[in-house]
Amino acid sequence: MEKEIKKATEPFHFYTRLHLSELTGLKASNLPELLGLIKEAGDSAIYHHTHRFLLQHQYLSPEPPNDFAYWVTTALSEDRLGEKLASIDTMKYLTIHDLREKIVATIEAYLKNYPKSAKRLAPEDEVFYLIKCVSFIMPTPYVADDLIEFVEILKKITIDSIYFHMFEARLRLERKSNDFSLWIQDSIGDKDLAAKILKLDPYTYTLEDLRKTIIQMIEKKIG
Amino acid sequence: MARLEEYIPIVGEGVVGDLRALAERLKGKTIQHINSTAVGGGVAEILTRMVPLFQELNVNTRWDVIKGGDKFFEVTKKFHNALHGRSEEITEADFAAFMETSIENMNEMQYFGDIVYVHDPQPIALIQKKSDNKWIWRCHVDVSNPDRTVWEFLYSFIARYDAAVFSSPEFSPKMAVRQFLISPSIDPLSDKNKELPEDVINAVLEKYHIKKKDKSIITQISRFDRLKDPIGVIEAYQEVKKYIDCQLILAGGGATDDPEGLKVYEETREKAVNDKDIHILLMPQNDIEINALQRASTVIIQKSLKEGFGLTVAEALWKGKPVVASAVGGIPLQIKHKYSGLLCHSIEGATFALKQLLSSPAYAKKLGENGREHIKNNFLITRHLKDYMLLFLSLYHKEDVVYL
Repeated sequence: MEKEIKKATEPFHFYTRLHLSELTGLKASNLPELLGLIKEAGDSAIYHHTHRFLLQHQYLSPEPPNDFAYWVTTALSEDRLGEKLASIDTMKYLTIHDLREKIVATIEAYLKNYPKSAKRLAPEDEVFYLIKCVSFIMPTPYVADDLIEFVEILKKITIDSIYFHMFEARLRLERKSNDFSLWIQDSIGDKDLAAKILKLDPYTYTLEDLRKTIIQMIEKKIG
Repeated sequence: MARLEEYIPIVGEGVVGDLRALAERLKGKTIQHINSTAVGGGVAEILTRMVPLFQELNVNTRWDVIKGGDKFFEVTKKFHNALHGRSEEITEADFAAFMETSIENMNEMQYFGDIVYVHDPQPIALIQKKSDNKWIWRCHVDVSNPDRTVWEFLYSFIARYDAAVFSSPEFSPKMAVRQFLISPSIDPLSDKNKELPEDVINAVLEKYHIKKKDKSIITQISRFDRLKDPIGVIEAYQEVKKYIDCQLILAGGGATDDPEGLKVYEETREKAVNDKDIHILLMPQNDIEINALQRASTVIIQKSLKEGFGLTVAEALWKGKPVVASAVGGIPLQIKHKYSGLLCHSIEGATFALKQLLSSPAYAKKLGENGREHIKNNFLITRHLKDYMLLFLSLYHKEDVVYL
């Protein structure tokens, strides 16, 4: 017998998000300068430097998951701090403000333990440049009324759309959860599936792998 | 010219769909590009490909070129060199000559763009005609360490623009004008980058008396310009040749706004005079031939001393070629060292990297494959069209999160 598919109380409208990088002209050559930039920068800059890699490096690449970690490792040779910054669990933080505080605390603690590191200078051609992220959010023509339609759309939308609903909505727009889990919980009423998707750490997937994983979870559920 | 749907097999339907959606939001706006040359050089090349695609997207786009005599272009070449940090004697008479031609262009040009998009320093002074429309200045050159006098002269114009665009964060100065990072791009369907049958490649090699099967080929494709360091390339090749028998191609054309090209070409020929394995080709604009030479090469080198972006690197990587390139300008954005190519900082560094790639074909192949994937994700014309449309839209939105 065919499984009955529940109609959503509210349809899911897929959005997409495109971005432009805005330059600030601000730069850092050592750890104290970087710390100053991170403290002073707007949320859009912190967001850029902690999320840029997700869309730019969709395939295996040698870059760790945020620019701060990458820079202190490659330009300052501070591998220990680089590892600490790279392993900050972004999923633990619900706002960019909180994420920034964690990055600041990590660098400050390191400088306290290793005060000589404050004097280490990056080579002239490896200075850190602060960049802001400007996001443009647009509706797509895709709307799902149930999980079958939802999964079919998920197979064909761009990775920018997946990125928007899984990353940007949660952290930058401070919705506390990803949009897929919110809709599946509130409009489909499937708390179990919503929780499973929420439990994923999307920062450890490439966007294509994330797409596949969510599709598999939903298909398993709808049979 | 290629149509948008022809890009779908390369970048996917969703990407082209996003372009159409963005274009809808620019309905009713006219974009006017202004630069200094219709042919030759990266800017003209990009605009030639982009303008028809914008028109297909129904974004009303027009491209105008300023006029200028020899004196004007001699001065702008001096500006170009000085912006790249080279010592140039620029006199009051030079600034006056620049302004004289700028005023002539200012008065002759018709301005009808809702958005006027000015490329590079040559037409920069046209901003004095700004009315209530939006103006963008696009800097395609490396201004990481500019001569202060020239920069301050230009900045008096830049400050009046609504936004500026640079190719690398390294070029970004601290200034009041909003500034964006947009990398240039290559067109995978252009004559310069499309797939070529083997017989076309062979015919081009034959035309220039190059025997592919004999020895490995190292190639630099560039205008004959000191900042591209053709002499340094020859010196690196000469060091490599002591260990590995190979040949060198230095090929490129000239741009109408570069009066110095012929002189550098002669100097390069002189340096190569006793070696039959060095092929120095001053070519008229012939994209198929450039494409063929790149595809026939074993390794591509781009040993620039300064570089705005270095599109020849993207072209080579798109063709899956291993590349040795200087870590200047926008090149490090295209090459992650030892992952999608090898970066160098000197003739010795270039020599070592060339020897490595020629001796280890499997390593070279892997770098080329990674490079192609990176270009596909970040440096194709579809990404560039998207960035330009977002840039235009950003002129009407000051916030960091924009709902369209």
